[in-house]
Amino acid sequence: MKEKNKYLTLFLSTMTLSAFTFGGGYVIVSLMKRKFVDELHWLEEDEMLDMTAIAQSCPGAVAVNAAILVGHRVAGFLGTLVSIIGTIIPPFVIIGIISFCYDAFRSNQIVAAVLKGMESGIAAVIADVTVNLAGSAWRESGAGAVVIMVLAFCASWFFDVNVLWIILTCGLYGFGRTWLTQRKGKGGTA
Amino acid sequence: MNYLELLLSFFQIGLLSFGGGMAALPLISQQVVDKHGWLTMGEFTDLITISEMTPGPIGINSSTFVGIRVAGIPGAVVAMVGYVIPAIVLVTLLARLYEKYRDMTYIQGTLRGLRPAIVALIAAAGVNILILALTGEGGAAFNFIGLGLFAAAFVVLRRWKPNPIYVMLGCGVLGGLLYPFTGGV
Repeated sequence: MKEKNKYLTLFLSTMTLSAFTFGGGYVIVSLMKRKFVDELHWLEEDEMLDMTAIAQSCPGAVAVNAAILVGHRVAGFLGTLVSIIGTIIPPFVIIGIISFCYDAFRSNQIVAAVLKGMESGIAAVIADVTVNLAGSAWRESGAGAVVIMVLAFCASWFFDVNVLWIILTCGLYGFGRTWLTQRKGKGGTA
Repeated sequence: MNYLELLLSFFQIGLLSFGGGMAALPLISQQVVDKHGWLTMGEFTDLITISEMTPGPIGINSSTFVGIRVAGIPGAVVAMVGYVIPAIVLVTLLARLYEKYRDMTYIQGTLRGLRPAIVALIAAAGVNILILALTGEGGAAFNFIGLGLFAAAFVVLRRWKPNPIYVMLGCGVLGGLLYPFTGGV
């Protein structure tokens, strides 16, 4: 494929994927697989799975992280930039337009009532997501997960501890525990 | 000055929102509502609602929305750059490490410790939004419509697992019909 075409295809594919992906990062990853593995044959299926794992392990939006990886794999650093810009443009334009209309809209009585109703809806969506996530954390780490959840919630909600410290502490805890198990594992076999 | 603050705030959000999707919520709320007061809690909730109903990650949507409010389109670009820089660096770095060692034990172990904390932080941000939905900006009186809508929406989501967009639209329609008659807004 010609170089110029490659960048253009990368840009257009990431932009289309981003424009039509409702429902978060996990959806976009499966659409990416269809596009880059099945259709364009730029990646192997295994590679896409590895990329998904990496995209989900890094902070930030999964869709952006996956775009960075695909872009990098296909066309190096310039590819990364092209696919990030492709991924960002649709939400940027949509939210840009909404934010310019927002103030005019918000002062309308009916719109305010609709948005007030939606507050309850979004609270329910977050509650639903929380229950699902808490369930999988429980299945993954058992009682330990519950202890962390309770402590982190209290730290944030009752004591106003900065989110930064909570995340750093729990990340270090997870890292330290892995280090201990790894060392124990090696000691056992020696 | 605003540009620098935008850059640094969204850099922190981008650096620390592990776990995709809603994981960015507590960080955005802390930086944007509590620390800098760029949005009120109500505007923040609107932003989350809009984000759920339009394509694109919450992080990108918030950097655009907040950036434009604080300093116009250039502000949005600055916030966006701050948000994606940590991802570019960390993703590329991790991809290199992964190619070399093919081992994610430590990263997955770290994430295992983090995940419950993220759940708790999302829950804490969610409780703030729920309180807002049940009262109002600045602690108005308790409203039962808000509670009814929340309970109904939650049951529907748990039971039938529909696309959340429909649930929010439903709540919006019901809110639009019910609130004007009660003076609840």
